[in-house]
Amino acid sequence: MRSQLFIVLITGFATWLAVFSCGGANDKISFANDIRPILKSKCMACHGGVRQLGGLSFLFEEDMYKPLRSGALAVVPGNAAESEVYRRVVSDKEQIVMPPAGNRLTERETELIRRWIEEGAKWEEHWAYTLPVKADIPAGAEHPVDYLVGQTLLSKGLFPAPAAAPTTLLRRVYLDLIGLPPPLKVVQTFARDPSEEAYQKIVDDLLQSPHFGERWAAWWLDLARYADSQGYQKDHIRRTIYLYRDWVIDAFNQGMPMDSFTIRQLAGDLLPETTDQDMLATAFHRNTMTNDEGGTDDEEFRVKAVLDRVNVTMEIWQGATFSCVQCHSHPYDPVRHEEYYAVKGYFNNTLDADLTSDYPRIPLHSSARTRVLSALKSKAEQAAISDEEIASLKEAIAELERPLPVPVMQDLPDSVTRVNRLFVRGNWLMEADTITPQPPTTYDKTGKEFAQDRLGLARWLTDGGNPLTGRVLVNRIWAELFGRGIVKTVEDFGIQGNEPTHPELLDWLAVNFTHEQHWRLKPLLRTIVTSATYRQDSRIDSTSYERDPENKWLARGPRFRLGAEQIRDQALAVSGLLNEDIYGPSVMPHQPEGVWNVIRHVARWQTSPDGQNHRRGLYTFFRRASPYPTMLLFDAPPRDLCVSRRIRTNTPLQAMVTLNDPVFVEAASALSERVRKATPDDPKTQIRQAYELATAHPPDDYQTERLQELYLLNRDEMGSDAAAMETVCRAILNLDEVLVKR
Amino acid sequence: MKNLTKEFQTRQQAYLTRRQLFRGAAFGIGGMALGMLGCDGPANPHEAIAEGITRGLHLAPHAKRVIFLHMAGAPSQLELFDYKPELAKLDGKLCPQSFLKGKRFAFIKGVPEMLGPQFSFQQYGESRSWVSELLPEFSKQVDNVTFLKAVQTEEFNHAPAQLFMHTGGTQPGKPSFGSWVTYGLGSDNEDLPGFIVLVSGESAPSGGKSLWGSGFLPSNYQGVEFRSQGDPVLYVNNPKGISRDVRRNTLDAIGDLNRREHEEVGDPNTLARIEQYELSFRMQMTVPEATDLSGEPDYIHELYGTQPGETSFANNCLLARRLAERDVKFIQLYHRGWDSHGSNDFENLHGGFKERCKEVDRPMSALLTDLKQRGMLEDTLVVWGGEFGRTPMQENRGGITNPFKGRDHHGSAFTMWMAGGGLKPGLTYGATDEFGYYPTEGAVHVHDLQATILHQLGVDHEKLTYPFQGRDFRLTDVHGRLVKDILG
Repeated sequence: MRSQLFIVLITGFATWLAVFSCGGANDKISFANDIRPILKSKCMACHGGVRQLGGLSFLFEEDMYKPLRSGALAVVPGNAAESEVYRRVVSDKEQIVMPPAGNRLTERETELIRRWIEEGAKWEEHWAYTLPVKADIPAGAEHPVDYLVGQTLLSKGLFPAPAAAPTTLLRRVYLDLIGLPPPLKVVQTFARDPSEEAYQKIVDDLLQSPHFGERWAAWWLDLARYADSQGYQKDHIRRTIYLYRDWVIDAFNQGMPMDSFTIRQLAGDLLPETTDQDMLATAFHRNTMTNDEGGTDDEEFRVKAVLDRVNVTMEIWQGATFSCVQCHSHPYDPVRHEEYYAVKGYFNNTLDADLTSDYPRIPLHSSARTRVLSALKSKAEQAAISDEEIASLKEAIAELERPLPVPVMQDLPDSVTRVNRLFVRGNWLMEADTITPQPPTTYDKTGKEFAQDRLGLARWLTDGGNPLTGRVLVNRIWAELFGRGIVKTVEDFGIQGNEPTHPELLDWLAVNFTHEQHWRLKPLLRTIVTSATYRQDSRIDSTSYERDPENKWLARGPRFRLGAEQIRDQALAVSGLLNEDIYGPSVMPHQPEGVWNVIRHVARWQTSPDGQNHRRGLYTFFRRASPYPTMLLFDAPPRDLCVSRRIRTNTPLQAMVTLNDPVFVEAASALSERVRKATPDDPKTQIRQAYELATAHPPDDYQTERLQELYLLNRDEMGSDAAAMETVCRAILNLDEVLVKR
Repeated sequence: MKNLTKEFQTRQQAYLTRRQLFRGAAFGIGGMALGMLGCDGPANPHEAIAEGITRGLHLAPHAKRVIFLHMAGAPSQLELFDYKPELAKLDGKLCPQSFLKGKRFAFIKGVPEMLGPQFSFQQYGESRSWVSELLPEFSKQVDNVTFLKAVQTEEFNHAPAQLFMHTGGTQPGKPSFGSWVTYGLGSDNEDLPGFIVLVSGESAPSGGKSLWGSGFLPSNYQGVEFRSQGDPVLYVNNPKGISRDVRRNTLDAIGDLNRREHEEVGDPNTLARIEQYELSFRMQMTVPEATDLSGEPDYIHELYGTQPGETSFANNCLLARRLAERDVKFIQLYHRGWDSHGSNDFENLHGGFKERCKEVDRPMSALLTDLKQRGMLEDTLVVWGGEFGRTPMQENRGGITNPFKGRDHHGSAFTMWMAGGGLKPGLTYGATDEFGYYPTEGAVHVHDLQATILHQLGVDHEKLTYPFQGRDFRLTDVHGRLVKDILG
């Protein structure tokens, strides 16, 4: 009975949805919403940027209305019968009808095309290339995010979930903002007083935490393809590049606005008054690979690095799949082949040239080093200090006073600039026309002129007239919190990318972020995490799952497995092992013998001394030829390319890590010791405390009893309280609810 | 042959029983590949279509699995298979200008001297295939083998060329061959990874672990390295002091609590996680069992030249057969140390190169014999080759002739061979000019080779795609042509 009722509801809903999305009979047909999707799926493979059969392309407005090779017009506004496009798609002659093979257009689709032409065949730009507009939020609305998400829920016939339990929310917001679980004390205080004020206070504290920068740096470093080595065969170590990583952490902690964050990384060296820290920021684009294999052509790999900088820049800030345009015009997006090389022009003039030395490098300090240095100096000046301490302090000071040579971006002097040419079919050995640097026309709504150097490019990216940057950045942040972007393809805002599920929300967030919040990340995060949408319970009932398995309409809270760094950090934090030091050289936690044997002759893995091997995951030494295995197994990318989205997997090898990897073995053991020390001779309380430490809530009776049973079973088997409690702690650290953010 | 049959029967029996046992304990994930559960997969506008059409079999398969023997460093085809008596006549003479014009080399500078074949050749088998004196065992296998004499690559540096061979791209970051195959076809053994990597030789290949990385495919498709020292698979063994019973108790508790979690919360990923934990428990049995060579009978050790406990190409060949028996889909071997420039004795055609030949000749021949006698060569495709070939010129690094005999990198034409998997045995396809420099017929580009291997597995290389950075990527990029003439 119930299921039948459900089917009736669903069918009715689907019909309603179909009518709704088609547009009523009185609505005007929209090129962007109704027509382009048809062209994209059925026509553009032959009439796009790569192939323009018969002289027809649907990518650019000017191309669509111009005469075809046959002389006919594809589209005659107001006259479908005269329009070649319409005549072809409705033809019943095999030789005439389009598309010639594969899926023909449905009646509904041909009718849409007919109506669109009859109504004047008006061109519309792809949504992402128009400037975002901030929707009006009614005066009474409690929270703009909830208002806009709620509107969509209503239209889908869905209802928001109730608020998550206070401690669940607490753990969620801790993991999201600083990447660490909440301390037990905070959990218990908040459980007693889960007021709005208390929550707001916690959010404020987390945004001010020094661990905030670490969590968001871990996100940024995937995009920056940060690694501690050069890549390729020799994969030489980059010993000083960690100063760039520290710059990123610092920038997030200081609340540096994202426009400034952008400008410094892309062109810090070109700023009118460049500081050391601006120079350090430019190491961002020195994370490209260097190929030191014998017998390589340095120019070939210099060019590869330059093209990588083009692709990465356009992916991170514009959500543009620019690598497509390297060899030919973009097949689906309105970007011409020449425009790729116009962007390349911004990057083609730097001093670096695939040299083993990573030239140019300049001696630099990070702010973190400077701070440590001044702390040590003032300590050394204190009176009550032994000679021994003085000596070791002096040594440390001397070490820190030496700046470290960091690879940076620097331009060639004007007298020897490179000529920027187009590569035919992307082949660097086949050079063609000279091209001057310029932003891609389609993405440029600024109406301004910018300098033809990297600084000009950076200023263009962060100009209010760039329709993409704000949207792309807020979408990336949203995806970090909800596990899915408002545009799911966070890396692709082009025509092949997904449409936004909540276009008005995306625009509201983007405009608010770039204009009212002045590009500052912390206020943006506060806006999101204080919404009721974010605070929903993440339970999935079966109907809501069937209606929306991916949770794209946000009728429940986010729920997904933690990232590679968080899995590690959480285990260390819960067990009390975590070394909370911030900044500094990359460390080498325990890694099984032989993992690095695969790399010839260049460097050795030397496990860091105690303490240093319990640092947070983002400090783990990242060698491109052989990344730390646990990272890869939990879906961290190998950092050769910019990766916008880690695809989450669920594998038996992950289970082996959290059960058997020495780091996790240590964590279970330390957790066991911790709770055994707290309440000796009371295994039940020990179990309950370990559980609460790991999950931020006390176990219920079933959970307690089941773990007690395990304790007794394994105690019989192992003959030791301590050993048995360790296995209980290991079980707890491997629970689904511990491994996921919920 | 007799003792093989007996051995085969007992082991088959043991294996089946074990499988049934595991089946009973498992939740029954059907034909799902290892680790494919609960992955949140591609996000693209045509997601549903991608799942349905671009993955899986497109054609009737001829091979169920691949064993790829990669000779990292690039062995000289002119010393092994591509016999060039005319080149002998030019030995020591200056290289003709026509060979050098418009050509880029890794190390050769100026005008080098030509270098004749360094070893003697003979024809073998009914196919009358040429093999040099360095591969006496392999010369008995030629009628099982299909030679490709004019393979071509676009790269002449090791790391990019190895990446090109194994990922179809020249920079790290693309999914590897085995990842594509397991992504497309899943795995036939739910208790072992579908893509396993075995490394031997001087050190690992130049392309690093990207050679078996999953690139932008989900990470469950990355190759799993079976190591010959330490844990055979990282973290497969329980920590010290944890018995199998204790682990079982622990997993039971985790499973019960997770099931309760699922009842309350309803996330299907929780069920997937329960299954992955069970799978990890089963792998603690299947991995050591699969990698333990000590139970192999003496005549098998004799055949391969294996020494249990060593890190060697021979051990890896035998291990490859054991994994093939267990229906592992893609078994990738790397044996390194073939880079014979002549700049030192290790890189000397009369030194290190000869040693490498000794290391591989018997095991790779044994692998073919063994697969054949077990009836497995029919549906196992064995592939052998380097990332490129070597020049007919003697290398003159920086314009000075090297102290030992050696050759520079050469991508325009080199030899690879394949066996089994539904190819025409005893066939030599393609040929090079009288100096082995350029193809004269039957050129096979790396993308063609990849397309052909996929075809034998039942995969249309143009249809096995994955959306990344705005386009549907595939192993063969936008190239690849099936080499029809070698198909059986």
